[in-house]
Amino acid sequence: MSANANTSANAAASMVKPMSSRPGLWARLRRNHLAVFGIVIVVLVSLTALCAPLLPLPDPDATALSDRLQKPFSENHLLGTDHLGRDILSRVVWGTRVSLAVGVVATLIAAITGSLIGIVAGFYGRWLDNLLMRSIDMVMAFPYMLLALAIVAVLGPGLMNALFAIAIVNIPFFARSVRGVTLGLVRQEYVDAARLSGLTDVRILGGEILPNVMPVIIITMSTTVGWMILETAGLSFLGLGAQPPQADLGSMLGEGRKLVITAPHVATIPGLVILILVVGINLLGDGLRDVLDPRLKSGALVRPAAATEVDQAVRSAGVEDSVERDAVLSVSNLKTHFITGQDVYKAVDGVSFDVRPGECLGIVGESGCGKSVTALSLLGLVPTPPGRIVSGRVDFEAQNLLAAPLETLRAIRGGKMAYVFQDPLTTLNPLFPVGEQIAESIREHQGLSGKQALQRAVTLMEQVQIPNAKDRAHAYPHELSGGMRQRIGIAMALANDPQIIIADEPTTALDVTVQAEILKLLDTLRKEKNVAVIFITHDFGVVSELCDRVLVMYAGRVVEAASTEDIFSRPLHPYTQQLMACVPRLGQADKVVAAIPGIPPAVNDLPQGCAFADRCELAQDACRQGEIALERFGENRAARCIRIDEAGA
Amino acid sequence: MSALLECKNLYQAFGGGRKLLGPAKPKIQAVSDVNLQIQRGQTLGIVGESGCGKSTLARMLVGLDLPSSGDIYFQGKDLVEVKRDNPRWLRQQIQFVFQDPLSSLNPRKTIRQILEAPLRHLLNKSPTERQDRLQELMQAVNLRPEFLDRYPHEFSGGQSQRIGIARALAAEPDVMILDEPVSALDVSVQAQILNLLRDLKQQFNLTYVFISHDLAVVENLCDTVAVMYLGRVVESASREQLFNDPKHPYTRILLSSVPVAGQKKTASVSLQGELPNPAAPPPGCAFAPRCYRAEAKCRESRPPLEHFDDTGRKVACYFAEDSDLHDGDTQS
Repeated sequence: MSANANTSANAAASMVKPMSSRPGLWARLRRNHLAVFGIVIVVLVSLTALCAPLLPLPDPDATALSDRLQKPFSENHLLGTDHLGRDILSRVVWGTRVSLAVGVVATLIAAITGSLIGIVAGFYGRWLDNLLMRSIDMVMAFPYMLLALAIVAVLGPGLMNALFAIAIVNIPFFARSVRGVTLGLVRQEYVDAARLSGLTDVRILGGEILPNVMPVIIITMSTTVGWMILETAGLSFLGLGAQPPQADLGSMLGEGRKLVITAPHVATIPGLVILILVVGINLLGDGLRDVLDPRLKSGALVRPAAATEVDQAVRSAGVEDSVERDAVLSVSNLKTHFITGQDVYKAVDGVSFDVRPGECLGIVGESGCGKSVTALSLLGLVPTPPGRIVSGRVDFEAQNLLAAPLETLRAIRGGKMAYVFQDPLTTLNPLFPVGEQIAESIREHQGLSGKQALQRAVTLMEQVQIPNAKDRAHAYPHELSGGMRQRIGIAMALANDPQIIIADEPTTALDVTVQAEILKLLDTLRKEKNVAVIFITHDFGVVSELCDRVLVMYAGRVVEAASTEDIFSRPLHPYTQQLMACVPRLGQADKVVAAIPGIPPAVNDLPQGCAFADRCELAQDACRQGEIALERFGENRAARCIRIDEAGA
Repeated sequence: MSALLECKNLYQAFGGGRKLLGPAKPKIQAVSDVNLQIQRGQTLGIVGESGCGKSTLARMLVGLDLPSSGDIYFQGKDLVEVKRDNPRWLRQQIQFVFQDPLSSLNPRKTIRQILEAPLRHLLNKSPTERQDRLQELMQAVNLRPEFLDRYPHEFSGGQSQRIGIARALAAEPDVMILDEPVSALDVSVQAQILNLLRDLKQQFNLTYVFISHDLAVVENLCDTVAVMYLGRVVESASREQLFNDPKHPYTRILLSSVPVAGQKKTASVSLQGELPNPAAPPPGCAFAPRCYRAEAKCRESRPPLEHFDDTGRKVACYFAEDSDLHDGDTQS
C-alpha cells in the first residue's frame, strides 16, 4: 500500500503546489527550534570572538609564573590561568577567534575549489570528468587525518599550513556532491534552452547551473564547518597547527592535556567551548539542510497516516448500511478537502454516484478537477495531512466505508476493490520479481501458501495475455515494457476477484497501439468476470471505447452525468460541449479546435455559483449567484447548469 | 524548389564502444538512414511511438546533437559546418520548443531574464530595443506584460509553454522545431496552444517541424507527415494521403489504434508483440515480426523507402501496392 500512498501523495502535492507559495527560508528555519538554538549559540560565540579586541581582556600571551594554575572564579581570572599563568578566559576568546577563522576560511577554500572541480567535471563530462574525478578518488583513497598529517609534514607545521591541509582534505566532499547534482542539471531542458538562446558555456555554468547547485554547496558547507574546526583543533592538539604562544582551542587542549589530573580546568574549558561551538554549528547545519533539501519541499518526509482522516460527523453515520441497493458501490455527497495552513482546497466537493455490478463508469475531467481524489477517497487513500474527508457516505457491501475501521479498509484494498494506476513503474517494487508481487497480494488476502500463490499469479498473468507468463513471473519490473507492466498492474488488481476495479488513467503513459490492447483487455476481462470498473481519464476517445456511463467533473464537482451514448450525441453542459470541441479528432483535419479560454479556477478560491461561469459563453448574472444544483434531465441524465435550454441541447 | 531544411542519410547511434577494462556497451541505433525535406512555410509532422527516434532526430535538426553520419543542410549549407563557423546565426535561424514547459525554464530566473537571453546574445539588441521586443513577444503569445518579472513556478503548464514559445520566437527564427509541445498539457489548454502555433506561423511566416505521438494533433496542424518506426521513416506523404489512405501496415495500425470520441471500434487491427530490442533489430523489415502482412522476404531484406507514386509519397513496404490491407482479419 505504500506505493499507493506515494502516488496519492504526489497527486495531492501536484494539485496543491501551483496555488500555495512556500514560506520563506527564514520562516521555515524558525520553525525548527533546534536550529534556532544552534543559531543563537553560533551568533553568541562568533560575536564574542569577533569583539575580542574590544573586550576588557588581559593579553592572552602575557605570562605570569607567579599566578600559574589558578582555579576558575579566582580574583582577576574568571576562568583561572594555565601553567604559564596566562588568563584562560582571554585565551579561550582569542583562541575561538583563530579556530573559527581557520574553520571558515578552510571551508571556503574547500567549497570554492571543490565546487569548481565538481561543476566542471559534471558539465563537460567525458575525459575531463574522468581525469578530475579520478584525481579526487586518489585524494579520498588516503585516510583522512593521515593525509592532513602528511600535507602538514611536507609544508611544515604552522596554522596556515594546517588550514591548507584541512581544506585540501575536504575538497572531495564538495567535488563529489556538486558533480552529482550538476550531472542531473546538465540534462535539464533549460540548459539546452540556454544553449539555444546563444549563451556561452561560461554563462551557462555561472548563470544556469551554479544558482541551482548553490543549495547543495551551502548544505555541504554548513555541515563541514564543524568538522573543519574539530580537525584544526586536532592538528593543533598534535602540535602541528597553531604554534606557541598563539592561542587556538586545539593547542590549548594539547597544552592542558599534561595537567588533566592536577588542573583539569585548563583542558576542560577549551574542550567545552569546542563542544558547544561544534554542536551549535551542526544544529544550524541540519536545520539549513532540512530547509534547502529539495526532497523535503514536496513534503515527502511527512509520513501520511494509514487512512485518510475522516470528520467525526461523517463517522457518526455508522458503519452499517441497511438500505437495499442494486448498486455495488454507492457514493453520496463525498467531500474531500486539503487543508494547508489557512487554505482549504475543496478538491472534491459533493460528489455522488452509483456503480452497478459489471458496469464501467467513466470519470472525465482535466487535471485538478478532483477525479483522482474521488477515487482515492473511497478507500481512505488520500494522504493525511493535508487530506480530510469532511462529508459523505461510501456504501459498499452493506458497509459505510467512510466510517469503517482501518482493518476493514485494509481487507478491501487490493481485495474486493482494487486500483490500477497510471504509471506501473512507480507502483511496482523494483526489487522484487513481478510474479512474487502478484503472489504477495494473493497470500495476504486469501491465505494461500507461497507456492500456490505463485501458481495463481502465473495463471493471472496468462489471463492478462502476457506471453511466456511462467518465465516472465521471474522478471523484474524494469525488464518489462510499459504495456507489459500495466498488464501486471491489472493482474494484481484481479488477483483477489474484485467486485470493482478503479483504473486511474491506466493508459495515459502508454503508446496508442499499446493503449488499444490494454483497453481491449480491460473490456474483455470485465465482461468475463462481471467486474465493475471506474475508469478515470481525460480522453473522451478512451471513454467511448470502454465506458457505459460517464461523469464529467469540473473544479471538484460533477457537472454532467449521462450514458456514453447520450453524452456524445447530445452533451448538455457547456463545459462538456467545449471539452469535446477543443480536442482535435482523427479524420476531421480541417476542424478548427475551439479552445476554452482561461484556466480552471483554484479550488481554494472558488467563485460563487457555477465554477465554469468565467470561461462560459452562455454565462449570465444568475450563473454567478448561489448554489447551482445538479438537476435531473430524464431517466439517467443530470447536469449542473441553469442555461441548458440555451446550450443547444 | 530546393528544400529549406534537408537531411540526407542521417544516422545517430548511442552507446557502443567499450569501457576501460569493461565489457562492450550495447550500441543503439536511434536514427537510421533518415532522408527528409522540409519546404519553406510548410509544417512537417513526425509521428511515432516512444523509442522510434523522433526526439533524437529533432535534437539533430536544431544542432543540439551532431549526427553520427549523414548530413543536414539548412538553406543549402552543411549544418555541422555552420554550427562550427557561425553558431549564433544557426541558433538564430532554427529554434526549438521543448516538451516539458516547466523543466525548460530555469526555476531561478525571471521570465524577463529568460526571454532577454536570445535578444542579447543572438541579436545584440540594445536595452531599449529589448524592452520593446519583450512587450511584443508577450503580446504575441497572449501573456500579460506584467508577468515578465515573475518566476516560472508561478505559471500553469499552458502559460509556461507560451513562455517557451516566446523564447523560441525571440530569436526571430525561420524554422521552429517543436518536440511534443502539447503532450504535457491538459486538453483545453492544448487547444489554446495549437491555435497559437497556427497563428504565429502565419504571422511570422515560420516553418515548423512538429514532433508528436498524437496523430489527431498532427493531422490538425501538419501539411506533410513522416511516420517513424525503430529509427527509420517507414512512410512519408501529404497529410490527406497519409490519413485517408495509409499504405504502410504500421501506419494503418497506428491510425486504427487511436480511440475516437463517440465511436466504438469493435474490430480494429491490433498490434501483436512488442517493440524489438533496438540494440539488436531484426535483419529485414523492423516491423515484420509484428506485421499482419509480413512474408518471408520481409524478414530477409529490408524494404527501401521508395517513391510510391509521383506525388512525392514514399513507403517502405513490399506490399504497399496492395489495396486490401485494411482487412484486419488477415492477421494470423
